[in-house]
Amino acid sequence: MLAVDSLTVSHGPVTALREVSFSAARGAITAVLGANGAGKTTLLRTVSGLHRAGAGSITLDGRPIDRLPAESMVALGLAHVPEGRGVITELSVEENLRLGGLGRGRVRPGDLDLAYDLFGVLAERRNQLAGTLSGGERQMLVIGRALMARPEILLLDEPSLGLAPRVVAQIFALLRRLVVDQGLSVLLVEQNAISALSVADRGVVLHLGRVVADEEASRLAADDQLRHAYLGF
Amino acid sequence: MQQFINTALGGLTTGMVYAAFALALVLIWRSTRVVNFAQAPMAMVTTFVALAVIDAGFSYWIGFAVALAAGLVLGAIMERGVMRHVQGKGEINAVILTLGLFIVLHAAAAVVFGNDFRSFPAPFGVRGIEVGGRTVALTGFGIFTIIAVLVVMGLLVALFRFTDLGLRMRAAAFNPEVARLLGVRVPRMMTLGWALASLVGSLAGLLIAGGSLIHPSYMDSVVVLGFVAAVLGGLDSPLGAVVGGLLLGVTLAFVSGYLGSQLVALAALLILMIVLMVRPGGIFSTTAARRV
Repeated sequence: MLAVDSLTVSHGPVTALREVSFSAARGAITAVLGANGAGKTTLLRTVSGLHRAGAGSITLDGRPIDRLPAESMVALGLAHVPEGRGVITELSVEENLRLGGLGRGRVRPGDLDLAYDLFGVLAERRNQLAGTLSGGERQMLVIGRALMARPEILLLDEPSLGLAPRVVAQIFALLRRLVVDQGLSVLLVEQNAISALSVADRGVVLHLGRVVADEEASRLAADDQLRHAYLGF
Repeated sequence: MQQFINTALGGLTTGMVYAAFALALVLIWRSTRVVNFAQAPMAMVTTFVALAVIDAGFSYWIGFAVALAAGLVLGAIMERGVMRHVQGKGEINAVILTLGLFIVLHAAAAVVFGNDFRSFPAPFGVRGIEVGGRTVALTGFGIFTIIAVLVVMGLLVALFRFTDLGLRMRAAAFNPEVARLLGVRVPRMMTLGWALASLVGSLAGLLIAGGSLIHPSYMDSVVVLGFVAAVLGGLDSPLGAVVGGLLLGVTLAFVSGYLGSQLVALAALLILMIVLMVRPGGIFSTTAARRV
């Protein structure tokens, strides 16, 4: 279980997160929702070690991880999927994938095939520079790259950003399948609350850096007041 | 005709050295966005190390190997000990710091090795070889220069293209944050990048020194020419550095041979100006702007 406890994070004089507490269970999708500027991306970046918390703690199965550098997370089974712009555009598709596998040591020959089986279009473009991919393909590449490290927990930053609804549905269906079939855990940060709640088990709503709701996804989706106030649908 | 061929061959040989030096600059620029002005004195220091080894009675080749190893270590020390501490504090700070290192290394070399001209041996003949009864301007040492640079470049290409370490190094250079998320130890890759660049720079230093005189400032003119070669190629592209170096070497050889050697520096700057006006990103630039 990934647990965040009373986390406070500042960017200089601006406090982005205030006393945020919640936990993401194993084998489930936990969605963190909220408007632009609610602190979602800061939360994810703090969990993966790119930002330092001012106060509070982050633990993985009881072990504190909030003082560890970002580059050591992948060895703990935590894979951060930056939004689609996080492909390394100067490397080829295959090099991006191999780099993902290197996070856990060596790349075995079969590993690439797993990613190509999930995303057939990446196999067709394996030797192209990642910078030539479309937005949807880039999103597939960053997810495939993270899976190459055989993570236990996937941290996803706005996977729906800038994508067509059909592609978003595809990607969320794939996440569901990975959770059900392989016991993967997902912490999903999303602005697109409707899509995220349709696939998540639990939803945490952030508003101006504070947790304003933490409930089962189905109950969140049914709470009209909350939806109108914070989720905009 | 013979003069033409001789000029071209001479240009090719010096061009190879410029290419190596430009490659050293590109390796560091690509990963840290710093133009390393200290590259020349670093190479000068390792060449003096080679001379000290040779003077102590060891063979040229031992001195050569020790100098390359010293380049590797010196590069790593510069990055760990000095450059790392100004990282992220404004790009201009780092560049000014390399200029400071330039002066410090100069002074240190003058103190340790003396401020005199000293002759540096060459492992092969420095007289033109004979082809069909005629002497060509290609010397044994010239052939060695070309081969040595090609071998080192080939090894670098193999490292970056075909090894896991090379992939990690490229990822760290292109996108350090994403590389970290994928478990790449970016600072270690930076150290390694500086070490490799310094090794290539040392090679250039040894090749320029071979069969001629060295002095704490003997590499200084190469800073300008190596920099011009790197900019010609686009600063970001190792291949561009090599092509830029060869192009510059051959062009300057023709300027020197047909127009007069006093025009070489002027011609180098003229080429630089023309390239920057016509293709601001360098000959090998593929994109107009890399990043916002």
